[in-house]
Amino acid sequence: MKIAVCIKRVPDSETRVKVAADGKSLDEAGVKFVMNPYDEFAVEEALRRKEKAGAGEVAVLCLGPAAAQETIRTALAMGADRGILLQADKMPADSFEVAKLIAAELKSTSWDLILFGRMAIDDYNHQVGTLVAELLGLPSVSAVSHLEIEGATGVAEREIEGGIEVVEFPLPAVVTADKGLNEPRYPALKGIMAAKKKPLEVKPVQAGSGTLEVVALTPPAERKEGRIVGEGAAAVGELVRLLREEAKVL
Amino acid sequence: MSKVLAVLEQRDGKLRKVSFEVITAARRLGDADAVVCDATDREACAAALAARAKSGGYRAVVFSATATGRDLAPRVAAKLGVAVVADLTDVVADGNGFLVTRPVYAGKALLKVKVTAQPAVLSLRPNVFTPDAAASSVKPETLPVTAGGRVKVREVKAAPAGTLDVAEAQVIISGGRGLKEPANFKVLEELAHAFGGRAAVGASRAVVDAGWRAHADQVGQTGKTVSPSLYIAVGISGAIQHLAGMRTSKVIVAINKDKDAPIFKIADYGVVGDLFEIVPKLTEEIRKLHG
Repeated sequence: MKIAVCIKRVPDSETRVKVAADGKSLDEAGVKFVMNPYDEFAVEEALRRKEKAGAGEVAVLCLGPAAAQETIRTALAMGADRGILLQADKMPADSFEVAKLIAAELKSTSWDLILFGRMAIDDYNHQVGTLVAELLGLPSVSAVSHLEIEGATGVAEREIEGGIEVVEFPLPAVVTADKGLNEPRYPALKGIMAAKKKPLEVKPVQAGSGTLEVVALTPPAERKEGRIVGEGAAAVGELVRLLREEAKVL
Repeated sequence: MSKVLAVLEQRDGKLRKVSFEVITAARRLGDADAVVCDATDREACAAALAARAKSGGYRAVVFSATATGRDLAPRVAAKLGVAVVADLTDVVADGNGFLVTRPVYAGKALLKVKVTAQPAVLSLRPNVFTPDAAASSVKPETLPVTAGGRVKVREVKAAPAGTLDVAEAQVIISGGRGLKEPANFKVLEELAHAFGGRAAVGASRAVVDAGWRAHADQVGQTGKTVSPSLYIAVGISGAIQHLAGMRTSKVIVAINKDKDAPIFKIADYGVVGDLFEIVPKLTEEIRKLHG
């Protein structure tokens, strides 16, 4: 099975967001970057599919700055075979421009399966996998929490409000991974050592300007200072009174 | 006035609440045409929507960022050659385009963007736009769908009756490690029940990762970002990634035994102490109000 996994380098979820001097982007000083958590599910799924098939290749593709080589090495340490970095100094704000670059790289190979995380935890755009599928003319299923593949047919489960949707699709296809799809492995020391010798190709790319222009990045409105109503069950009466009379939510 | 295409969502033949949010927002942006489309055949539905968007001369196509909307919108956007401006919480017309605000980093920051795509494909974060009185009388046109797509919904397994998704609940009672063991979530379920069908039980990442609760219930940066009227955090210390996912709740209550827990910094009202004494008492009081 020939599988491509598209990953992204993002600030760790414990990052405190500080706006940079340009007023439009994240101040990256002191920020720890990691593989987007949803992409870990995608990498793990690719490795399991290859292991199950007994043969094949898992290639990892990442659009990002030079430092994203580290993110790719993490995937290689988990067990992926090779990496491709589409190196761009600045990530486009427009997801369609991102998708075009990724699709252009993927289209030269015939993949059985292309995996993404369902969203990135930095820009929350929820769409690049689906856009890439459309650009490649492939069927796609997004936010998949359970996946069965039998021959050239896939059956995916995706969570919807108040239930689970079961979706059937033919391969080759694009699938975006949600939490629950699997339990990603931690890279073992042996894998980390092996990853250093695996091929990682760097290709400079230039994104188009797209139809989105960032005007500003601002901190959210501060919440009004709260208060401790009291201690223990004795405080519940006062809490309920405040929720009714002051906050008016009961 | 410019034309806007509002894509509404139906389930079991009835418009969902998010549909009223979409039509309300769309009407503020222009002369809105409301449509619904059977999304069982995903590709066929997307094709029908894209064809309508292309031929109708619309300035914007508006979705709700629900599970279905998030899957459909990028399919339609790609056919129109643009990105989805996803999960937005505010939008105003600005010259030929729109000025949009969307939370990023799970709400730790707000990104303001100018959108010049024609048409712009927008998806609204659910629960943010308040439907106006006129919304409920909307009569959407059903777009005909030509079957033949490759991606088909074979079945929908509904959650047990009476369970409400955290993303849609007006009241969320979330539990963390302070609950000590999975069975103890019963005290939160009883409190949720006392709210009479308006409340859902959420969970912190720690307890979801430990397998105590379903992934679908997780609130935070790697789970759901929620904005209920009332969020009650029980036995949750308040990791940054959790706070990011619930800080836009209208009112936040924290119940925790550690008075220095970070959750108290963001909570409007805090009660310090043993949750196993406080929550049952609160359940009793809420039952009295709703009884």
